[in-house]
Amino acid sequence: MRRPDGYYEAARRTIERHPATGAAVAAATRAFDVRRARAYAAIDVEAWRRWAEGVKDHVLTGLDSHLEEAEARLTERGVTVHWASTAAEARTELAGIVERHGLARCVKGKSMLSEELGVEGALASCGVSVRETDLGEYIIQLLDEPPSHIVGPAIHRTLDDCRELFRRELGTPADASPELLAAAARGALREDFLAADLGLTGANFLVAETGSIVLIENEGNIRLATSLPRVHVALVGIEKLLPRFADVAAFVQLTARAATGQPIGTYVSLLHGPRGPHEPDGPEHVHVILVDNGRTRLLAEPEAWKALRCLRCGACLNVCPVYRTTGGHPYGWAYSGPIGAVLAPGLLGVEAAHPLPYASTLCGACADVCPVRIPLPELLVHWRERSVAAGLGPPGERLAMRAYATAAERPSLFAAAARLVPAALRSPVARWLPALRRWVAGRAAPAPSRASFRDLWRRGTD
Amino acid sequence: MAGRPNTEHVAPMRAALFATCLADRFFAEACADAVHLLRHLGVDVLVPTGQTCCGQPAYNAGHRPEAARMARHTVRTLADAEHVVVPSGSCAAMIRRFLPDLLEGSEREAALALAGRTHELSAFIVAVLGVERLGRGLEGRRLAYHHGCHALRELGIRREPITLLRASGAEVVPWPDAEDCCGFGGLFAVKMPVLSTAIADSKLAGLPADVDDVVSGEVGCLLHLSGRARHHGASGLRFEHLATTLREAAGA
Repeated sequence: MRRPDGYYEAARRTIERHPATGAAVAAATRAFDVRRARAYAAIDVEAWRRWAEGVKDHVLTGLDSHLEEAEARLTERGVTVHWASTAAEARTELAGIVERHGLARCVKGKSMLSEELGVEGALASCGVSVRETDLGEYIIQLLDEPPSHIVGPAIHRTLDDCRELFRRELGTPADASPELLAAAARGALREDFLAADLGLTGANFLVAETGSIVLIENEGNIRLATSLPRVHVALVGIEKLLPRFADVAAFVQLTARAATGQPIGTYVSLLHGPRGPHEPDGPEHVHVILVDNGRTRLLAEPEAWKALRCLRCGACLNVCPVYRTTGGHPYGWAYSGPIGAVLAPGLLGVEAAHPLPYASTLCGACADVCPVRIPLPELLVHWRERSVAAGLGPPGERLAMRAYATAAERPSLFAAAARLVPAALRSPVARWLPALRRWVAGRAAPAPSRASFRDLWRRGTD
Repeated sequence: MAGRPNTEHVAPMRAALFATCLADRFFAEACADAVHLLRHLGVDVLVPTGQTCCGQPAYNAGHRPEAARMARHTVRTLADAEHVVVPSGSCAAMIRRFLPDLLEGSEREAALALAGRTHELSAFIVAVLGVERLGRGLEGRRLAYHHGCHALRELGIRREPITLLRASGAEVVPWPDAEDCCGFGGLFAVKMPVLSTAIADSKLAGLPADVDDVVSGEVGCLLHLSGRARHHGASGLRFEHLATTLREAAGA
């Protein structure tokens, strides 16, 4: 079972033994970011971001009433609404739906929430076969790997990896073009769509005012998964609400621009319940499972609740120097990069999420691009404070910090300690200090100035 | 004379230099260069001897009580300074953006006041002294400039160092990754060293091929990048602090 606590070792292994992964991720994320920047530059993005931040804060600070409104509207439209406090409850609700309708074959749209909840195993134990229909998810399903990125699950893999995979699984030629590979997947997936009785998706947004389920995609797989099978189940995190239908247009555009640099997703689906009596297609039954799984606990956390504004666009991953080095696997759970590092302690707890809040240089590139202005570096520092208070991290670090602060309050002591630094750096004993050992493992030791500046000033020799 | 403020009828501006803990120990000459440069620009420079550390390493690592202790000490040390000039964007950002929230009551008020009077070196020269042309001392120099993340994103300093360098004759070579993080990240450099150096490698790999001179206003970044470059045997690359480069620009 993947967990965040293996982060550094997994990252190290990726860097030292799988350089191709880092290269693939770097290329994909840079490409995403270039497009995002262009799409942002084409609008008054600061105004859009501030507006979106405000709408999200409004709904998050009144979440209970908006959820009740959403439930009422959904129910009026013939949707069955389920509430799940935990991942286990969500899986139970899903199993209940499977049993109630006698479901056996599922086609699945990309849903990070489904990763978070671990539904695939639950469906398998109900005897339901699951086919991922998003091309990236399809690829990693065949590879039996978890997603590496919120928007592009397979960006850690190269074109050649996909060629080899599809040659084995679908019989495509070894040098197939991307277009040929996609066409082969499309052909194979057609069979799955036509045979499925269950379509499982997430939701980009759920509108409280109208009960609209909003889904954004580029491939059309969600359109098929929500039209053909007789049952559609949407997994919806409770933070995905928007207050009014009028908010949808701007949020859909902002999400698409932030995620892939498109002005809007290729397909935008606005779903309003099961097939009506005069409608030619659509599911006979629609279920929405509203999922908490730690969100209300996070909502109560000062400052850190702002992470719940997240639109799951992946823009922060695309600019993160730390994420870019390895891709998402080392993070050990569904969400990686900066947003993963600030959601994990909130949803999993500070101990379980350790050391993800430390997987950052606090460079701030993420906050610059977030479409809803989540102050990610401040949230990372917040979770680091909570981690220290919880006694996580090396015990030597707390002692060293206290000693450092003590010295910093006593200028002559600080100056005396500073004078010892050159000798300390040269001494073999000092090399046993973990911090120094880790520095010199990969970098030449820093060379102190012959005299410190305070000594130069004191002597007047400047 | 180009670049000199008119100090005829006005008492010289007084500023305190906050050297920063890292620069004090590892880039003392750059601090001295900053003093000479400021004096050349007509500033009467003081160095309050009680200064130690602004608390950033503790704050960024989540050690809030220790950060608050150092914040308190820093506010007291700099209480009497009319202006505070800092040869580091990250430490200037710490003082300007984060010190006040670490303190309460009258100490918080003092920190807020200090924040308003504290400036990173290049921002001080351009925004407070109103100087963009220091001289022509950088004629013939080709260099790449590394923006520190805190200067860039917390203080919005992007144009100032480049303007000062170019106006003094330097060719600041376009570096697509100039605004990318170098991977230092304070304690991150030793808490997650393999990640830190991998990011440095990426940053160094993108350096324009014919540039040997890297200038930055951040000591941590310089130590980290130069340390990694030397580890790879790239002894020809020079890493210089902005204060040193600007002093040369002014011929001070």
